[in-house]
Amino acid sequence: MPAKPNPRVGLFVTCLVDAIRPGIGFAAIQLLEEAGCRVEVPQGQTCCGQPALNSGDDEDTARLARQTIAAFEDCDYVVLPSGSCAGTMVHAYPDLLARDPKWAARAAAFAAKTHEITSFLVDVMDYRPRGRRLDATATYHDSCAGLRELNIAAQPRALLSHVEGLAMRGLEGNDVCCGFGGTFCVKYSTISNAIVTEKAEAIERTGADLLLAGDLGCLMNMAGKLHRRGARTRCFHTIEVLAGRADGPAIGEEG
Amino acid sequence: MSAAAQPGFKARAAAELSNAALKVAIERTTGNAERKRAAAVAAFPEFDAARERGRAIKDHVIAHLDHYLEMFERNATAAGAKVHWASDDAEARAIVTRICLDADARLVTRAKSMLGEEIGLPHALADAGIERVETDLAEHIIQLAGERPSHIVWPAMHRTREQVADLFKAGHHPPPAADDPGTMVQSARRELRAKFLGADVGISGANFLVADTGATCTVTNEGNAELTTTPPRIHIVTAGIEKIVPSTAHAFALLRLLVRSATGGELTQYTTFHCGPKRPGDADGPEEMHIVLVDNGRTRMLGDEFREMLRCIRCGACMNHCVVYRQIGGHAYGGTYPGPMGAVLTPVLDGLAASRDLPHACTMNGRCAEVCPVGIPIPTLLRAWRRRSWRAGLENGVPRLAIGVWAMAARRPRLYRLASRVGVRALRLFGRRGWIRSLPLAGGWTAYRDLPRPAGRTFMEQYRANQAAKGARR
Repeated sequence: MPAKPNPRVGLFVTCLVDAIRPGIGFAAIQLLEEAGCRVEVPQGQTCCGQPALNSGDDEDTARLARQTIAAFEDCDYVVLPSGSCAGTMVHAYPDLLARDPKWAARAAAFAAKTHEITSFLVDVMDYRPRGRRLDATATYHDSCAGLRELNIAAQPRALLSHVEGLAMRGLEGNDVCCGFGGTFCVKYSTISNAIVTEKAEAIERTGADLLLAGDLGCLMNMAGKLHRRGARTRCFHTIEVLAGRADGPAIGEEG
Repeated sequence: MSAAAQPGFKARAAAELSNAALKVAIERTTGNAERKRAAAVAAFPEFDAARERGRAIKDHVIAHLDHYLEMFERNATAAGAKVHWASDDAEARAIVTRICLDADARLVTRAKSMLGEEIGLPHALADAGIERVETDLAEHIIQLAGERPSHIVWPAMHRTREQVADLFKAGHHPPPAADDPGTMVQSARRELRAKFLGADVGISGANFLVADTGATCTVTNEGNAELTTTPPRIHIVTAGIEKIVPSTAHAFALLRLLVRSATGGELTQYTTFHCGPKRPGDADGPEEMHIVLVDNGRTRMLGDEFREMLRCIRCGACMNHCVVYRQIGGHAYGGTYPGPMGAVLTPVLDGLAASRDLPHACTMNGRCAEVCPVGIPIPTLLRAWRRRSWRAGLENGVPRLAIGVWAMAARRPRLYRLASRVGVRALRLFGRRGWIRSLPLAGGWTAYRDLPRPAGRTFMEQYRANQAAKGARR
């Protein structure tokens, strides 16, 4: 789908990026602007509502859906640095509001203009980074929601292939869940631990300098486990590397 | 078995997680299954089309269940079988036990059937004083161990070969001469052969009920179903009503999906259609054939959010590809059916209050739905249970309170931004040099992993400051 020139893009930062790692939000703004977008950060945004959605609390999820839809109504596109939050907006919002006569059409229109950032850059803006160099080896974990709800697999890899000096190494079980699962990781922490332990072992076996992924939740889970195990793998969101920000502190490092 | 009498799901899961032999056994079986299924799908270019057809067949029969069930009853009756209807597990148990008692049955052989487990048939036969012999090799193993199935295709997958050798040594007379697989299988065969020929009643399940012929279909790789259903005087089939298909051709369309998804094979070694009892002139076969059609919650699913679950053909691919199942195994789930499909079905069968953990003990990664050969949206169905659980007030205490407080703030962007600013600063106090190693109220996280320390100022704070600076420069 060809984009109109200089589209007005609303960035949904996501609650985790807002609180834990704002640099991912600034990397998003940088890449979107390089791709020719006019970027706004609507102030009516908070969280996509997944904690409520996954707890079975549809009423609160629907309230947050309406609030978010209204906040981004003036934007041509809504872009997020998370496949999981994007998946919620693309699939859960229209489902939840399907029987609400005032909101069903607005939710459908909102879902149609919402994109995870790497897929937006490639599929909509036909953007490729230029002049980026990073001499490192990296491995990539396919976060589940992005992969299975939004078919995000080729786009981040295509973008990363334009970073000179970056050698990608395959990850065994790259499409297997890391055990994060939102509230799952604290509600069923022993099971989550067993899952992320296997993931960390697979990451360590690659011997890669960097672990990249497209969702901060999964990254925090994997980075936290790797650090607890004493591994030296440095963890970044894919778009931090694409924006040339991997020379700064990785997740859990202080500059 | 009631889930209430057992320790809770979390305690069961924790116990299984510390069982190193279990982990080895699970990884062997599910890892193999995953690889073989992937190879079978890759070698079958029409797989997606076959899957779409399989889904359509199941949806069609689910929409016309009454029509096809009546057609099946007519044709099975015409072939000489007697069809019984059971509305629930108790009724199904009573019907089967009554048939056995009326026939003065002392020895019953049984071919593997998850429906039989669902209705509690093993216990019912024991209570009626009838000797039951499980003829599937894996069922034979768990009968010796006094256990329940931990997987719907490989009921004894939680047992390593070494453990099976010990069970056979204690349970076979004479014990096997060696503990290599070949000798052990010969020993099991010797034990079971005598029983096959001496049984009064053979009980099987059905993978399909064929409406236009009245036949029931079983698939096995050991041939034990044929030896269970043919020599005894009486053959009893117990089957869930969702097993119906319009015709033999439809059964084969689904078999192509079932076998590839379960074992990675193209077809099972034995695929048998049982159509009525022995006819005049037949060399062998049972004198009576009874077919017990079991509802047990299925018609209720027709009318609610779980209707798509009636498509399930019991291949086990969802559990083979589930990160949770592969860590804790099947017994931890506490119901008849484990894994993702069990997490949908167990609340139907045992009630949500007794099984509320199951729909929550899932990361929602979607791999089960991706490999499901009939396209059941399992995460969506699990979410439907979570919704019911929330509405019914089964989710209480700290989690509910936390969601309430969080949602209250998240619906007020200005308050939320303020709370985030305060929150990240507070959070930073618990960490040093980039990481938080221990955090009150977040032990579930920090017991096992470090938490990245927040950067300091929230994105929104920094962004607004940047915008203000830009405005000032203009």
